[in-house]
Amino acid sequence: MGTAFLLLSVFLACAVEAVEALTIVLAVGLTRGWRSALQGVAAGLLLLAAVVAGLGPALTVLPLKALRLVVGGLLLTFGLQWLRKAVLRASGYKDLRDEAAAYQRGVAAAKTAAASKRSVVEDWYAFTLSFKGVVLEGLEVAFIALTFGANQHDIPLAAVAAVAAVLTVCAAGVAIKAPLARVPENTMKFAVGVMLTGFGTFWGAEGAGAEWPGGDASLPLVLAYVLLVALGAVWVLKRRHAAWAR
Amino acid sequence: MGKVKAFGLFWYDFVFGDDPLVAVLVVAALAGTAALSTHTTASWWLLPLVVALALAATLARAVGKKEE
Repeated sequence: MGTAFLLLSVFLACAVEAVEALTIVLAVGLTRGWRSALQGVAAGLLLLAAVVAGLGPALTVLPLKALRLVVGGLLLTFGLQWLRKAVLRASGYKDLRDEAAAYQRGVAAAKTAAASKRSVVEDWYAFTLSFKGVVLEGLEVAFIALTFGANQHDIPLAAVAAVAAVLTVCAAGVAIKAPLARVPENTMKFAVGVMLTGFGTFWGAEGAGAEWPGGDASLPLVLAYVLLVALGAVWVLKRRHAAWAR
Repeated sequence: MGKVKAFGLFWYDFVFGDDPLVAVLVVAALAGTAALSTHTTASWWLLPLVVALALAATLARAVGKKEE
């Protein structure tokens, strides 16, 4: 049960971040050429690999209880942020994220910027934009994979899920050479918010010294509880938004 | 200085997001669970309760701003 949840949670969360990074790289690559854009991607991936190689072993030697307390707290604040935005979007209080529009904004910005050469990079603008997109979204991928993996004492499995998510999204992006506008990103973000918050609640409570009734078997119930709370919030806010709009 | 500030802002946004109230409530709930755990084994209920309250509170703040 724990392994399946670990794989699914890491895969979904990392796929969402990969879609956002891919949107940036595609916009840059298609408008300004692929060489500098891919150099930016490669440099970003190298930096991320160094971060993971540095942090991964350090996380595995920490005491499990302290790790669960810190990671649980971080996942909870992180997960509740995702849920907050997802509930606001689902209830109409916040616009749905539109990857096609984000892509068009990226294309428009990339078309107007001037090119400048630095060292082996022919187009510094394309390089830095791709680099930043990969590093910023990739840091979230690394954070999710490392914390989930360390908590379950299975960083390799979490890494496999993260890499599979990134490769799946990249393959889809290369195949259609366009933003992944059809990916139900907002629904995925809602699911990821529930999972991050659920895992954060479960691990945070254990790290603080609590014992769950039934042990690990209560994890699905915690996730179901968070889902019900989030859906309840959507229901209440939808009604309020409709009344406010009138 | 600009890059250091941008780096700090990225991590602040990454952890705390738009509403630091959530982080404050989470830390308080973890501390409360730890305190409760020294007296009883049935301390697991506090965190799920605070999660629901924290989500309601942060949503109420966000909706209040939108409706202003």
